[in-house]
Amino acid sequence: MIEILWTDALIFLLVGTIVAFAIYARSREHLRAPWRQVIRKPLGMSALVILMLYVMIGLLDSLHFRSQLEQQNGNGEVQYSATIESVLDILLDDLRSSTEKTYSAPFALHQYNKETIEDAQGTKRREYPRLQHGGSHLEDPDRHPQDIAKRLVFTFIGGLVVWGLTVAFIVVLVVWKTGDSLKNVLRTMSRGERDLPWRSLFATLAFVVLVALFLMNTASVYHVFGTDKVGEDVLYQAIKSIRTGLVIGTLTTLIMLPFAVLLGIMAGYLKGWVDDVIQYIYTTLNSIPGVLLIAAAVLMMLVYMETHPELFGTGVERSDFRLLFLCMILGVTSWTGLCRLLRAETLKLSELEYVQAAEALGVGRLKIILRHILPNVMHIILIAVVMDFSGLVLAEAVLSYLNIGVDPTMYSWGNMINSSRLELAREPIVWWAFLAAFIFMFMMVLSANLFADAVRDAFDPRLRERA
Amino acid sequence: MIAYIIRRLLYALPILIGVNLITFALFFIVNPPDQMARLHLGERHVTQEAIDKWKEQRGYDRPLLFNTEASGLGVITDTIFYEKSIRLFIFDFGSSDNGRDISYDISQRMWPSLAIAVPSLIVSLAVNIFFAMLLAFFRGSYIDVWGVIMCVVLMSISALFYYIGGQFLVGKLLHLVPISGYDTGFDATKFIILPVIVGVAAGIGASTRWYRTFFLEEIAKDFVRTARAKGLAETRVLFRHVLKNAMIPILTGIVVALPLLFMGSLILESFFGIPGLGSYTIDAINQQDFAIVRAMVFLGSVLYIVGLILTDISYTLVDPRVRLS
Repeated sequence: MIEILWTDALIFLLVGTIVAFAIYARSREHLRAPWRQVIRKPLGMSALVILMLYVMIGLLDSLHFRSQLEQQNGNGEVQYSATIESVLDILLDDLRSSTEKTYSAPFALHQYNKETIEDAQGTKRREYPRLQHGGSHLEDPDRHPQDIAKRLVFTFIGGLVVWGLTVAFIVVLVVWKTGDSLKNVLRTMSRGERDLPWRSLFATLAFVVLVALFLMNTASVYHVFGTDKVGEDVLYQAIKSIRTGLVIGTLTTLIMLPFAVLLGIMAGYLKGWVDDVIQYIYTTLNSIPGVLLIAAAVLMMLVYMETHPELFGTGVERSDFRLLFLCMILGVTSWTGLCRLLRAETLKLSELEYVQAAEALGVGRLKIILRHILPNVMHIILIAVVMDFSGLVLAEAVLSYLNIGVDPTMYSWGNMINSSRLELAREPIVWWAFLAAFIFMFMMVLSANLFADAVRDAFDPRLRERA
Repeated sequence: MIAYIIRRLLYALPILIGVNLITFALFFIVNPPDQMARLHLGERHVTQEAIDKWKEQRGYDRPLLFNTEASGLGVITDTIFYEKSIRLFIFDFGSSDNGRDISYDISQRMWPSLAIAVPSLIVSLAVNIFFAMLLAFFRGSYIDVWGVIMCVVLMSISALFYYIGGQFLVGKLLHLVPISGYDTGFDATKFIILPVIVGVAAGIGASTRWYRTFFLEEIAKDFVRTARAKGLAETRVLFRHVLKNAMIPILTGIVVALPLLFMGSLILESFFGIPGLGSYTIDAINQQDFAIVRAMVFLGSVLYIVGLILTDISYTLVDPRVRLS
């Protein structure tokens, strides 16, 4: 039975909008040109590939359903499980179900803590027990380094083959599409003389293929990033956190966008008392320190959720509501910046000749806003959306660390960092959850930042003129 | 000038009233005091007497807006709105939900906050300007390109990683300074160094990249070309002409944050165990002490508005072309 959570619905709405826009922009050169410029930048292209990978994982994790239970009761009614799962959960079932008792280091065969074990003779010994899943395929623990080395070699050879085939396929495709000679295509590609940055695309692909193959090769038999306190695979947690980060980064702007655009353009175009009221609203909201406003609102929401438990059926629905609320409140604190930019730009535009001419010809206000002003502030909106993304992902981590972020039961990098603080303080230290959260988060935020820079360079008219 | 400041202060009043109304609505109307009491007392099935007692101790037992039972002015003054919200305007924060005097706590805790925030500000300003000028000096070269990429890399790392990493590396592995804590007087230095270092490190990426654009903007201007044409050395041009003019946007950008230095840094302080206002707020959030959170929201807004006014004034001080109107 398919379950559509609130955030799922919004995510698919967003994806639908983007797809619709892409189809619309396909046949319009002035909309296509800046995007082409984005992917012509080597860093922009690499960042886009990595981001797409994250988005794909996030989308897989957004298809929720409740699996059908095996046993049926007498009247033939179909029973559904009480837990909500996602398609990603099924794909990563290996990781999810291979839980240990407690901490274990990356690629370890043995548990991180000693345990008292009673052997057949009845003598008790303190030792590190073997893991139930990590490296359980090895009969002889001494063969551990060889096994890892074997898998590494296999990854490299397999990666080279997969990568080579992909590159060959793309090259053939380019030759076929452009009608250029194979020799010429290869030469210009390797020198970076074609209009698309193929070299950076292939390098990024090589990275992605190697990492993916390595994980496929090892994650099924080892815990690549170890296990956490209750023995759950850390790699699984880090992958599940991707959706949380993406939701915070995109839905927040999706929620705040209508308000910011509507109010900003209204203030700039209608002027007078409308402008005064809107300015008053955003100055007031802006003057409350963001973290404190979020904290106050989240505290209030917690009280509300505490007193109305009947509204939330399952734990997943509960944490989903909290995530959505967090997006909303982050939106409230972050829309003011965009609103102010739009107001200033609209003020400027409304003085321009073509708007004045439209007014003189008796075109209605709504039509002027839709036809003349909105298309001319689109680049500001787009740049703001893309630039805000990474900041919001980082904000989620900080808020979760302060316990005013997402639900503690939800997988998120903030929650991982939060728990790893205590793990780093213990002796001997547990560092892998921290490292996993760092790598996954860093990759996403870095590629988002690089992509945002490329988008800004392509869309901002001031920067375009300079270049 | 004085007339301008007074006018700006009067203009700030409706904003503060707005902030006050928002916090009031958030704290008392969305969730009535009964529910707060229930959350605080912790149990699902608390008796009504316990709730009433909790409310009475903290003055939440009055009506919200109008007290129909009181006489005269008491109709308005003997209410939660007057006691808890209007009183904030005269900086009477009342007492926290566990009975401590908030004003006293603030006056005690603002010094450790300042002890961290002021050195952080000065050091980070110096470091960021240095790096930004370095990049501007080598503009267009590989040093510049890779420097900017390095900045993006640095700003893609969450501040939490800097804090945890710095604490782990400097405090736990190298044992150079204590991991966390605070002391009075001069002994506090050894506790201050680490938070300042990681605080500065966390900000380098974003600020350096931002300041670099200010420098590049100035370098492109005509007076710089004139200075070069005059035969001045590049370093002299950079320090005498570019730095001086690029400082205007940098400094005016900092002025708005100056009053907020009192509030301290939320995470940094709770991380390193500094008993400042930042960790005070965090503790209040974690203990769900609504009175303190309310007071800090109001205080933060006041300081922000003061910062805005200071910014406007500082513009006129550094740039005579801007007139107050």
